Amino acid sequence: MTSSSLLNVDNLVVEYPGKGFRAAPFRVLKGVSIDVNPGQTLGLVGESGSGKTTLGRAVLGLAPVTEGRILFENRDISHASRKDRRALSRDIQVVFQDPYTSLNPAMEIGAILAEPLTVQGQSPSDAHARVKELLDQVALPSDAIHRLPREFSGGQRQRIAIARALALSPKLIVCDEPVSALDLSTQARVLDLFLQIQKDTGVAYLFISHDLDVVRHISHRVAVMYQGAIVEQGPTEQVTRDPQHPYTQRLLLASPVPDPDRQATRRQARKELLAKWAEPVGA
Amino acid sequence: MSSSMAPLTPSSASFGQSGTVVRSSPFRRLLKNPMGLIALTVLIVMVLLAVFAPLLAPFDENFANISNTLASPDSTNILGTDSAGRDVWSRLLYGAQLTLLSALLCAAVAIAIGLPSGLIAGYYGGAFDATSNWVVSILMSLPGLIVLLAIRAAFGPSVWIAMLFFGILISPGYFRLTRSAVQSVRNELYVDAARVAGLSDSAIIGRHVFSVVRAPIIIQTAAVCGIAIAVQSGLEFLGLGDPSKATWGVMLNEGFKNVYLNSQLLLWPALAIGLTIGALVLLGNAVRDALEDSDQVREVKALDDAESANTAAAMGATSGVGDLHHAAPKPRTRASKEPPQVEEGTEHHLIKVSHLGVGYPQPDGTVKRVVDDVSFHVDRGEILGIVGESGSGKSQTAFSILGLLPESARIVAGSIQFDGSYTVAPSDDLVDQRRLASLRGKRISYIPQEPMSNLDPAFTVGYQLVTPMIRVLGISKAEAKERALKLLADVGIPHPERTFAAYPHEISGGMAQRVLIAGAISCEPDLIIADEPTTALDVTVQAEVLDLLRELQSRLNIGVILVTHNFGVVADLCDRVVVMQNGRLVEEGTVREILRTPEHPYTRTLLASMLEGKEPMTMLTAQTAPASGRGDQKEGLR
Amino acid sequence: MVEGRNRFSTTSATESTLWSTRMFSFILKRLFSGIVVLLTVSALTFFLLYFAGGSIARNIVGDQASPEQVAAKEVELGLDQPLIARFASWLTSAATGDLGRSWFTSEPVAQALSSRIPVTMVMVVTAMLLIGILAALLGVAAAVKRGPIDRAVQVSAIIGDSIPGFVIGIVLVTLLAIQLKLFPATSTIAPGVGVDAWILSLALPVLALVLNGVAGGAQQIRSAVIKQLERDYVRTLRSRGISENEILFKHVLRSAAPAGLTVLSLQLIGMLGGVVIIEAIFALPGIGPLAVSSTSQGDLPVVMGVVIYTVAVVIVVNLVVDVINGWLNPKVRVS
Repeated sequence: MTSSSLLNVDNLVVEYPGKGFRAAPFRVLKGVSIDVNPGQTLGLVGESGSGKTTLGRAVLGLAPVTEGRILFENRDISHASRKDRRALSRDIQVVFQDPYTSLNPAMEIGAILAEPLTVQGQSPSDAHARVKELLDQVALPSDAIHRLPREFSGGQRQRIAIARALALSPKLIVCDEPVSALDLSTQARVLDLFLQIQKDTGVAYLFISHDLDVVRHISHRVAVMYQGAIVEQGPTEQVTRDPQHPYTQRLLLASPVPDPDRQATRRQARKELLAKWAEPVGA
Repeated sequence: MSSSMAPLTPSSASFGQSGTVVRSSPFRRLLKNPMGLIALTVLIVMVLLAVFAPLLAPFDENFANISNTLASPDSTNILGTDSAGRDVWSRLLYGAQLTLLSALLCAAVAIAIGLPSGLIAGYYGGAFDATSNWVVSILMSLPGLIVLLAIRAAFGPSVWIAMLFFGILISPGYFRLTRSAVQSVRNELYVDAARVAGLSDSAIIGRHVFSVVRAPIIIQTAAVCGIAIAVQSGLEFLGLGDPSKATWGVMLNEGFKNVYLNSQLLLWPALAIGLTIGALVLLGNAVRDALEDSDQVREVKALDDAESANTAAAMGATSGVGDLHHAAPKPRTRASKEPPQVEEGTEHHLIKVSHLGVGYPQPDGTVKRVVDDVSFHVDRGEILGIVGESGSGKSQTAFSILGLLPESARIVAGSIQFDGSYTVAPSDDLVDQRRLASLRGKRISYIPQEPMSNLDPAFTVGYQLVTPMIRVLGISKAEAKERALKLLADVGIPHPERTFAAYPHEISGGMAQRVLIAGAISCEPDLIIADEPTTALDVTVQAEVLDLLRELQSRLNIGVILVTHNFGVVADLCDRVVVMQNGRLVEEGTVREILRTPEHPYTRTLLASMLEGKEPMTMLTAQTAPASGRGDQKEGLR
Repeated sequence: MVEGRNRFSTTSATESTLWSTRMFSFILKRLFSGIVVLLTVSALTFFLLYFAGGSIARNIVGDQASPEQVAAKEVELGLDQPLIARFASWLTSAATGDLGRSWFTSEPVAQALSSRIPVTMVMVVTAMLLIGILAALLGVAAAVKRGPIDRAVQVSAIIGDSIPGFVIGIVLVTLLAIQLKLFPATSTIAPGVGVDAWILSLALPVLALVLNGVAGGAQQIRSAVIKQLERDYVRTLRSRGISENEILFKHVLRSAAPAGLTVLSLQLIGMLGGVVIIEAIFALPGIGPLAVSSTSQGDLPVVMGVVIYTVAVVIVVNLVVDVINGWLNPKVRVS
């Protein structure tokens, strides 16, 4: 199968061994299929335990693929070896949720940013030059090189994590809840940075979040996950304005809006929806 | 010992550029600590004495002058002689050599076994982990000295063999240390990031994992050397050592045999042992302190970490956190017996906070204010939202109303009155705990943010609901249980009986939050303080919990203070809103005023950051990214 | 949704029977693993001792004896048998309580041990009880009150760590017994003496053991309690109007107890070794002198008996600690 998509996840199943002797394996992903187009953003929205993070980790090679395929540029990477992964890291990178644990507290920023470069065999001086470029790109001062992560605030650390992801000019960045731990105003600036970078570099994002507002703001297309399966996916406008699946409808109406009267209307709409689907979704 | 300290001296002991954070290395801090300096000096002296023993010792360790036994110190034998006429000073020096070297052997063996096995077990887990844990549990249930007796019986009196086996026996210490450090690191996101970057396992262990265990291993090694010396001396003291070799333990044995004749023989080796072990223990403590200091730096940083401050700095709106470091205020008097009357005409407010200041005294004598000049009130049946970003002081304000501030916190200004009388009178510097103890649970209650960590895992949900009712309302156990079941049904729990009997780990987060809400309303309070009550919940569960709060509040006509960062939640529940930034209250008004026509620039920035209703794929902040970046820089690199 | 799902399907009536079945199988499992540990340690010790011990028969019969006499002694002791066979026969008789006979005195090892166990165990149990009570009191007081008590506990813990137990014993015996003559320097315990002689003889040794362990124990209990006091649920309990005393004694101490018990059990393991030296210092007729003399003579059956006995004590203590911890923590009961 060939397609124009950059990343193609086809009927992916991920299982973790059950706890205890002869326990049934726990199926986190139950046949998930998504596509990410070059230079575009696929927003993946779902609640805790929906499997959205596992999907991202499977793409990164951090979760075991039980069935199905993950194609990157039409190459099957579902069971890539560590060596293949090293080559892939030039194309696929990651930004994690927690900016406090995603940077090694004992390493200086310069060393953190140079790590992906030196793994690929770049010389220290080339790496150094690239690190300066990267800091500039995420609007951090160049003297950050000799500082430790703890000297930076949450938003700045997330900029550092983004810089690390950009180091090898990847084609795809998996963003796992990258703004969830940030304050509102910081979140806005980091989202701006994501958009700016996409505009400048043409990178594609698989953008994972529990927040439908965030996903709507940044994505070209949206996929909604619920209990290990995609219940709905399509263009952002369609999924977030006129959702078809009851779960998406419920998700949309559950998120409160910053106006008491509109929120009251929305609350009413949600109650009506719940009454209509008397049996709650997935029960 | 000094050589093993080398890894603690990072090349990164660099100073920040002008006006920025100064970082000091743990090693530098170690030397600044008098205990650490003394310990290090003692150890270096001991090592030097041991190394140069052949030069410093006037006699061979076993040279015996039979005609001069048990002699007092004189110019030839500066510490006297023992019962065989051997020179005590010379034997002490050679003893230092053997004692220290064999202790190092013990530590080396223990590290050689414990460190690699701990790394492998921690990183890969699996069968190796299970097997080595089993072996470790056996080793740890062996009394060391008894096993060494058996070793002595099997292999003879060699101190080297004894210390070799003791190294094996004590290696679980290193194994466990390494394993748990590695396990905690293995799941850190930065290790995942390294894997995504394509680093091999060995590179990850070398770069990211080993650096974490290095410092604990140094601490552990100091302790292990001390224990090794103690155990070895103990064995030799029992007379099981090699009498042909001078060690401190053999000397102790010799001294104890002659304790009635010359107790000085006992004094010198005991002193040497005590000094060395003491120095090792002190060194371990000093290294730990030096490392913990850097953690403290991080905690303090995290406190005023709020990036929200940048917005302020960028816009020049209000003073930043840095301006809140005032000189220590004049000590305010403690709560007097009879609190003064509240201002007339304000008694009807359920809660009234006036010009409240909360601060933390710093070691340098200043007070760091986290809440500054905050005033608001809440009436019965009213929901007040306190909105702000992290570091805005909103939670600190809430906890001062509850009287649940950390112990080191001080009220540095203002007052709080509840239902017409003070809980913090204008001159108090602490919350009046006696008065609040009679209000908490009964008239003021609390809903926390994290549902799971706020229930005691060792008690059933039912117990944790029933006990406060018995204590506060004075009702019987049966009555309390009946009420608890009704409360659980009220908060929308489908099977109250089951949840009542369940332990916290058996229920979901959303259910746990409902249980906590049930607990908060169980004694029919007048005021509920809800600290981010839905932040830890999924958005659909959040909607249900908000519904529940609204319904209960209007039914019971309770006053609520809702602390949140989410304007959606504010719009859903609140009547009035106060906005806080950097410990100060910047704006107050009805929910419609604040959300629709915010006046303060900070409130506007916050609302502008909301994504709802924004055109997708457009920039949210007025400035372009680099400009806002400069804001970051000003704040974070202070 | 997830909300309504209950993770257990039994009613509370069968819950309690389920609980006791779980507890029972938990204890059985621990008991079984304890026996496995004991067997493993016996085998290791046995092979270690006899593998290295070359000229045992020569040692016993003396240098003057003829090679024939040595060979006869070897046959008498069973040393001509292969190691495995000797271990098997030791194990089968050990299972019936027969640990063999001393090579030098021919006294049955079990009898030699049992005549000496009372002195050692009275000392260890008294010292452990005192340490447990004092360390808990000091540790909790230091955690709750902070201030001077806290600093005192911390400083004395460092001092306690710095001075080996037997050095404390030596200092005590030199100062209080030899110089000041307040206590007997050597034991007056003998068959048939009164309680007062026991108390007088054991006071200093117990004091030495307690001084050695109490501050360290207190410090670790202190950190366990502080860790619990900082938990979120403690603040929530306060907000519910529960008194500080009830929070401390019902909730905090219960959660801190497993850590405290583990600390004390490790101290006990250490003390079983330390008591050997203390008995030597105070010349007490406990296990210690037996262990020392059999070690220096190479009286392997006795050494073996001492090792097995102490390991068995440790295993029983660990079992008790595990069971108490399991009973305190609802999650352990399940796993």
